Amino acid sequence: MYLCRRCVGFLHARLMPVKAQNWGNLGYVLPLAKLCYLKQPTLRGFPQGYQNLSQRKKEMGQSCGIRCLADQQATPHRQTSDIFEQKKDSNDITTFKNSNLHHIASTQVSFPACETFIDLDAVPCPSPFEEISEQDAIQITVPPGLPPVTFTLRDYVDKSETLQKLVQLGVNLFKLEQRRNVGSMLVRLDFQGDVSPRLFFLKDLGVEDTQLGPLLSKNPFILTESLENLQGRVSYLKSKKFSSEAVAAMVSKAPYLLNFSVERMDNRLGFFQQQLGLSAQKTRDVVTRLPRLLCGSIEPVKENLKVCELQFGFRKNEIQHIVSKVPKVLTANKRKLTQVFDFVHNTMGVPHSLIAKFPQVLNAKFIRIKERHLFLDYLGRAHYEPAHPNYISLQRLVSLPDDVFCTEVALVSLKDFERFQKTL
Amino acid sequence: MATQAVRLFRKLDGLFAVYKPQGVHWKLVRDTVETNLLKAVNSFSPPAPQCMVQFQVLPSGETSNSTNLTVTASKLPTLSDHHLVAGPQFNNICVGVGHRLDAFSSGVLVLGLGNGNTALDSLYRSHVSRDYILEGEFGMATNDFTHTGRIIERSTYEHITQDKLEHVLAMIQGANQKALIMYSQVDLHTQEAYELAVKGMLHPQYKSPPILTGLRCLHFQLPHFTLEVQCVNETQKYLRKLLHEVGLELRSTAVCNKVRRTRDGPFKIEDALTHRNWTADAIIPSVTYFHRTTQKIRKNDRKAVNHLWISVSAKCIKCIVYNS
Repeated sequence: MYLCRRCVGFLHARLMPVKAQNWGNLGYVLPLAKLCYLKQPTLRGFPQGYQNLSQRKKEMGQSCGIRCLADQQATPHRQTSDIFEQKKDSNDITTFKNSNLHHIASTQVSFPACETFIDLDAVPCPSPFEEISEQDAIQITVPPGLPPVTFTLRDYVDKSETLQKLVQLGVNLFKLEQRRNVGSMLVRLDFQGDVSPRLFFLKDLGVEDTQLGPLLSKNPFILTESLENLQGRVSYLKSKKFSSEAVAAMVSKAPYLLNFSVERMDNRLGFFQQQLGLSAQKTRDVVTRLPRLLCGSIEPVKENLKVCELQFGFRKNEIQHIVSKVPKVLTANKRKLTQVFDFVHNTMGVPHSLIAKFPQVLNAKFIRIKERHLFLDYLGRAHYEPAHPNYISLQRLVSLPDDVFCTEVALVSLKDFERFQKTL
Repeated sequence: MATQAVRLFRKLDGLFAVYKPQGVHWKLVRDTVETNLLKAVNSFSPPAPQCMVQFQVLPSGETSNSTNLTVTASKLPTLSDHHLVAGPQFNNICVGVGHRLDAFSSGVLVLGLGNGNTALDSLYRSHVSRDYILEGEFGMATNDFTHTGRIIERSTYEHITQDKLEHVLAMIQGANQKALIMYSQVDLHTQEAYELAVKGMLHPQYKSPPILTGLRCLHFQLPHFTLEVQCVNETQKYLRKLLHEVGLELRSTAVCNKVRRTRDGPFKIEDALTHRNWTADAIIPSVTYFHRTTQKIRKNDRKAVNHLWISVSAKCIKCIVYNS
C-alpha cells in the first residue's frame, strides 16, 4: 500500500516511543525521525508575549527529538502554553496504558490548525504490530469489502466466481454494464446452476469456444432463457432441415436468434419463402448466411423488396438472383441503396441485367464507386459492357483495394489517383 | 516508463488538414478521424494485471475446537483492471474542427488534436484568407443555388462572352475592395495605409460580412465556367449566391456545381489527407509537418493580443491625460 512520506515519518515516530518505553528511563532518544520529511518545528506554538530568542532556542532544543515518557514525567514544567502540549501531557500516559486506538486517533486528529507546528515525533502512539486486548479488537470497525450499490462491475469481479469465469471466456463486461439492469443480472447469476448448463448447451450445438465470449457480450439474456425453450427452438430449426453446422453458424452470427419464439421464426421463414419465391434449399441458404433476417422486423424487408421492384424496375427473377447472391440487400438502408443504384444506372449507364449479374455493386460504398468511376471516366477507360475490348467488370471496380485497382485497372500510380480525388 | 499506447497518444498533438469529400457532413469526418485514432491507440497489448494483497482464510487445523483462524496474505493478480472489465485505456481523443465546410462543398478542412485545439482558436482570430474554386453553369436558377436544388427559372445564355463575364467580375471586385478598406478602418490617405494596401495586408479589423480579396475566371466554356476566389469571413452558401448573382448581372441565371476549398490560411491542398489516409500512420507525420506552421500561428496570435493590449492601454492613458 502506498504511504505518503508524512505517513512514513509518522509511523517511524510511532515506533520510537515504544522503543523508548522498552528501554526505560533513557532521557533523550536520538531523533530517528530525521527521516520525517516534515520541517522540524521551530516554534512550539504562539504563546502570548513570547519573544525571547534564547528562550526560543531552548524551546527548539526541547522540542526536537523524541521524548521519553519518563523524561516527560520528570520535567513537567514548560514555558509555553501550547494547547497541543497540554493535551499530550494529559493524555500520553493514559492513552498509552489504554492503548485504545480510537482515543489515540482522536488525539492525533485534533491538532490545532495550521498555525501551530505539529511535532509528530513527540507524540507517543502504539505500533500497529503491538498486541491488543480482545475488547479493543472487537471495537475496531472494519469497513465492508463489497459495496452494496455500485455503478460498475469492477468492484465485484474479484469476489464473484461467475464474473471471473465470464471474463476468462472473453465476455466484455465493460460493454454489458453500460446496458440497463444487465450488470445486476450478471452478478445475481450462479455459475454452477445457471451459466454452465447453458454454456454446455451451446457447446453441444457446435458453437466454438472462441465464439462464446462475443456471443455472450452481444446477448447476455441467453443465460436467463430457460433450457427447454432453447432446446425447443433448436429442434424446430433442425426439423426445418437446417444442418447442425448451419444452426451453430446462425447462432454465432445472430446471438439473439434463440431468444425468439418458435412462432416468430416460423412466421418469418414462411414470409421469406413466399415473398422471394425461392426454393426451400435456397431460402435455407439465404437465412443461414444472414440469420438476422429471422431476428428483425419484416417491414423494412418488405419496403426494400418493393423499392427493388417498383423504383428500380428489376424483374422478379432478377430480384431472386440478387437476394440469393447478396442477402444484405434485404436489410440495407433504403436511401443509400437508392443513391448507389441511381449513380450506377443513370450516371454510369449500366443496364439492369448487368447489375443483376454483379449485385455486390449494390452493397458497396457510394463514395468508392463514385470516385473510381469518375477517375476511369477522366482517363477514358469507363467501359462496363462486356462487348467492349477494354471492359472493366463491376465486380473488379468495387471489390479490389485501392492500390491494386490503380495498378491493374486504371494503369496509373496511387499518387495520381489521390491527386484526382482532391479535385472532386 | 510510459507504455507504447501512452507514447502514441502523446504524439497526437497539433494541427493537420484533411480533404473533406463532397456530400459528407464535417462532423462525420471529425468522428471518423477520432474513431480511427482511438482504434490505433487502443490496439496495443494491455499491461500485465496488477497484483493485490488478498487475505484468504485457510481452514484451521484438525481439531474443531481450536479458535485460531489462519489467515494468509498473498499477492494475486486482480481482474478489476482487465481491459474487458475496466474498458479500453482511451475513451476519447479531443479532435477539433477549424473553419467548417458544409455538406455540399469539399476541400481542405483543418483539424486539431489535443493541445493543438488552442491553436485553432488562434487560427480563427488570425486574419487568414481562404481560397476557393467555384464551378458554375449558366442557364438555370434553383432555390438553394446548387444544381441539385429545385429549378425555379431557366434562361438562355448564348449572349454571354468571356469579356462580359470579366467585366462583371471586375465590378464585384471593386465593390469588395471598397468594403475591405472600410472594414479595415484605415485612412487610405496615410502613407502606412497605402503601404499595407500595396502589400495586400489589409484585413477587416472586427466582425465583417464576407469580403472577397481576390476574384478571377479560370475557365470559360459555355455553359460552364470556373472562378477562383480568395475571401475572408465567408460561408459556402454566400459563395454559391455569388455565382447566382454573377448570372443575374449577365442577364441570365447560374447555379453552382462545385465548391472546393483549396487553401485555408497556411494549409494547402497538397498536404491535405484523403479519406484512405485518415489513420494514425498518416496523421502523425502530417502533424509533425505542420508543427512549424502551428507555432507561427500561435506566435502571431500572441503578437496580435499584445498589440491590442498596447493600443487599449495607450487609449486609456490618453483618456487619463486629457481628463486630468
